[in-house]
Amino acid sequence: MYTQALNSSDGDDRFIEDADRAAAFQARIDDDERIEPNDWMPAAYRKTLTRQISQHAHSEIVGMLPEGNWITRAPSLRRKAALLAKVQDECGHGLYLYAAAETLGSSREELVDAMLAGKAKYSSIFNYPTLTWADIGTIGWLVDGAAIMNQIPLCRCSYGPYARAMIRVCKEESFHQRQGFEIMLTLCRGTDEQKAMAQNSLDRWWWPVLMMFGPPDQVSQHSDTSTKWKIKRFSNDELRQKFVDATVPQAQFLGLTIPDPGMKQDAEGHWRYSEIDWTEFKQVLAGNGPCNRDRLAARRKAHDEGAWVRDAAAAYAEKRARRSMAQAAE
Amino acid sequence: MATPNTPLWEVFIRSRNGLAHKHVGSLHAADATLALQAARDIYTRRGEGLSIWVVPSSAITASDPSEKGMMFEPAESKIYRHPTFYDVPEEVGHM
Repeated sequence: MYTQALNSSDGDDRFIEDADRAAAFQARIDDDERIEPNDWMPAAYRKTLTRQISQHAHSEIVGMLPEGNWITRAPSLRRKAALLAKVQDECGHGLYLYAAAETLGSSREELVDAMLAGKAKYSSIFNYPTLTWADIGTIGWLVDGAAIMNQIPLCRCSYGPYARAMIRVCKEESFHQRQGFEIMLTLCRGTDEQKAMAQNSLDRWWWPVLMMFGPPDQVSQHSDTSTKWKIKRFSNDELRQKFVDATVPQAQFLGLTIPDPGMKQDAEGHWRYSEIDWTEFKQVLAGNGPCNRDRLAARRKAHDEGAWVRDAAAAYAEKRARRSMAQAAE
Repeated sequence: MATPNTPLWEVFIRSRNGLAHKHVGSLHAADATLALQAARDIYTRRGEGLSIWVVPSSAITASDPSEKGMMFEPAESKIYRHPTFYDVPEEVGHM
């Protein structure tokens, strides 16, 4: 499960429609109460959450594509079964999240259509290709690792349905990270060629993974509002640093080199990374990453090719409903 | 023609520890049979339960959150409904 750049937003919509109700709402948040679907909430809170949760859902669904790429080529039955289970989990996570987003008043169809039309974002990490089997290891170890860092605080987010969905997701996510690390460990303990494959994969994914935490704090829009509403509990840079500190010793254990020659440990033990290339991030967000077009095309194809299944299920349900009405009338 | 929205269902699962069915989430499905199958796939991938209920979301009547004071306050003021309200001398032991 993957949240990233979800707190960057369009325009300023922080209007307050009713000062008293807004104050009462903020007081509930400050008291650490959970907001539930039928409760009054400011329109901007609803809008921010709808955007964040649905983009999170789209990320899960699009995230199935780079990994699905390797299911038929997994090196053993054990790896194949695990990867299949992981991809099924991503689908499940997408569905929990869509359900949570819908409680805010948008229909599933609207949310999915916005993604297929290219109007809704998903995590830019999935616009990178999975070129080798080692990439499946790296995704589990680093992409899911970064996602866990982002998601654990969301289990305490002020919106009840989102927080509950995140609790389910986080429980399942730890299997993903461990299976990824195991793949990396096996490669790193293998032949020179296998270890080189693992290193090459880390080289390609390291920086895009750091970008998953979103823009640096000084340019992150709307973070203040999200923090005030307790949707966001830690800043992008705080989470990024936490992730780097947790990951460096793991890379050392694997015997891999993080592709950042400038990285060093400071006096407090934090691993300080070099400047991130944000132009690349912006390019990928703008639709110009290596796989943006492929990913959207694959989602559209799946949606179109599934249309007959949805139509048939609806027609069958309608026929059955008509029959039971007729029987009841007899 | 736009595809009509697929109905929403609420999913309840009884876990193996003998507790009551508990709400776990919701899903979309055209009919009850498909809803049960989807609930199996979405909510019991790790043996979370031994029994599933699916209920059309439209069949649920919920209390109004803005009236929760009126609904629940009467219970809060009746502390004599709790065992700790009553004094039992220590020498009587556990009761």
